[in-house]
Amino acid sequence: MSAEVERIILAGFGGQGILFLGKILAEAGMRNGKHVSWIPSYGPEMRGGTANCTVIISEHPIASPLVTVPDTVIAMNRPSVAKFNVRIKAGGMLMYNSSLIERQEFRDDIRLVEIPASEIADELGNARVANLVMAGAYAKFSKLIDYEGMVKALPQLIPASKKELAEINLAAFERGYQYVKEKKYMFGRYVYSVFKGI
Amino acid sequence: MADKVLMKGNEVIGEAAVLAGCRYYFGYPITPQSEIPAYLSRRLPEVEGVFLQAESEVAAINMVYGAASAGARVMTSSSSPGVSLKQEGLSYIAGAELPCVVVNVVRGGPGLGNISPAQSDYWQATRGGGHGDYRTLVLAPNSVQEIADMTIAAFELADRFRNPVLLLVDGILGQMMEPVQLPAPLSYDLNQKPWALGNPNRKGGRNLCSTIFLDVEQLEEHNWHLYQKYQVVTDEFAKGAYQHLAVETHAVDDAEIILVGYGIISRILKTVVEKARKRGIKAGLVRPKTLWPFPSQVLADLAARTKQFLVVEMSCGQMVEDVKLAVNGRKPVFFFGRTGGTVPSDFEILNEVDKLVRPD
Repeated sequence: MSAEVERIILAGFGGQGILFLGKILAEAGMRNGKHVSWIPSYGPEMRGGTANCTVIISEHPIASPLVTVPDTVIAMNRPSVAKFNVRIKAGGMLMYNSSLIERQEFRDDIRLVEIPASEIADELGNARVANLVMAGAYAKFSKLIDYEGMVKALPQLIPASKKELAEINLAAFERGYQYVKEKKYMFGRYVYSVFKGI
Repeated sequence: MADKVLMKGNEVIGEAAVLAGCRYYFGYPITPQSEIPAYLSRRLPEVEGVFLQAESEVAAINMVYGAASAGARVMTSSSSPGVSLKQEGLSYIAGAELPCVVVNVVRGGPGLGNISPAQSDYWQATRGGGHGDYRTLVLAPNSVQEIADMTIAAFELADRFRNPVLLLVDGILGQMMEPVQLPAPLSYDLNQKPWALGNPNRKGGRNLCSTIFLDVEQLEEHNWHLYQKYQVVTDEFAKGAYQHLAVETHAVDDAEIILVGYGIISRILKTVVEKARKRGIKAGLVRPKTLWPFPSQVLADLAARTKQFLVVEMSCGQMVEDVKLAVNGRKPVFFFGRTGGTVPSDFEILNEVDKLVRPD
């Protein structure tokens, strides 16, 4: 991962907290003194449809906040992999929610990181914090996010209307980080034959 | 100085308006700007202001007309189809010489179009938009920080020139979040507006705000008076009184090709300039920050030094006409546009630059 700029596309179902996940990463970058931008897709989507957003964290002022070729795609559901997999930069990373996306023949020129985010969230007692598990996992790979600082800041970022969820969100963030730190994730390249659309 | 906060462009418009002393907002929801009324519906009551969701855009702009007559700092916002509906009121407000701020978070048109980002309201914004001989100042930020700064500047310019000021923002800038340092609140004194109906210390008789001049001589006099005011605006901008608001140039000194774009496009163009220079193409960027008055002189000066211009817009080509007027035939001016809510990528613009610089 580049030490100067991280361009991330995050995608999943509406309701999986994709936009909030993106906001958490942008906040983490900003609180670590970096330049950041966050752009949601805001097409006419229905509830339960797809949601995605674009986040850039950078050492330098951000010229274009739009991302055609991301360094990383964080995919929370199967359609997201189908849509964004082909756009990842060669040598980039696909981090995906392996609870909802089965292993398959991916491109062989990207790093693959499987995080069972929904299962970890279920273990914590709330399936809806799978997004924070992914945020924590990403924080372990990021060169531009300060994990300790984020652990301190996270409770303040939970909206006042959801204060009772602050603790479990923090726990999810920590579990995601630990999961990567302990190298429990699958990490590697799969032999590329023919990419099959999901 | 307060810490930076991560905020959406639309919400920053709302907060910056409050910091500028705006206590009255009248509007009607429309994507992609609905976060502005949503934010102000919560925020204005906290500062004893008035938030009112009107029954239509036409009603909202006429409520702005009333509040502006009284001397209030007042704002409305909408997106393209809604701003079309406000044009009658804007003409009245300009004719009556009243200050107000109108935000257009532009989406794809014509007609209902779609909700994706666009820049196809440039002509409407910079040519008046409604009927009659009038002008509106138009500010076009390209970052969330600049949205904050320009919203505040818009209120000050509106009061300074007793004229509507438009903030032209595209859908991306309205929807995106970036860190922003919110400026300190401005103090606002109604006594600075001796013409206002609501000024308790006005001298002499009653004040009147009106746009009807049935006598042709009176109306002609009024129109020339307005014209002269617009000349003052143009002259002050040309002399650099609002340098920080007027124009940004980037890498133009040795540029053989100068890209011209405003709003979100100018951010993409900056990336294009960086990539072009890595390929050995001497590219530069001119970004009009104020669209009326247009920074013509900067482009005219550069026309003497560069070889060609490429104007990029999210429209079929509107600002390109102002660039051509400024360049006045001295160098070729080319155009590249995407429309209908499509945002051009840096790759496709770079491809256009390549074709122009290396025509073989």
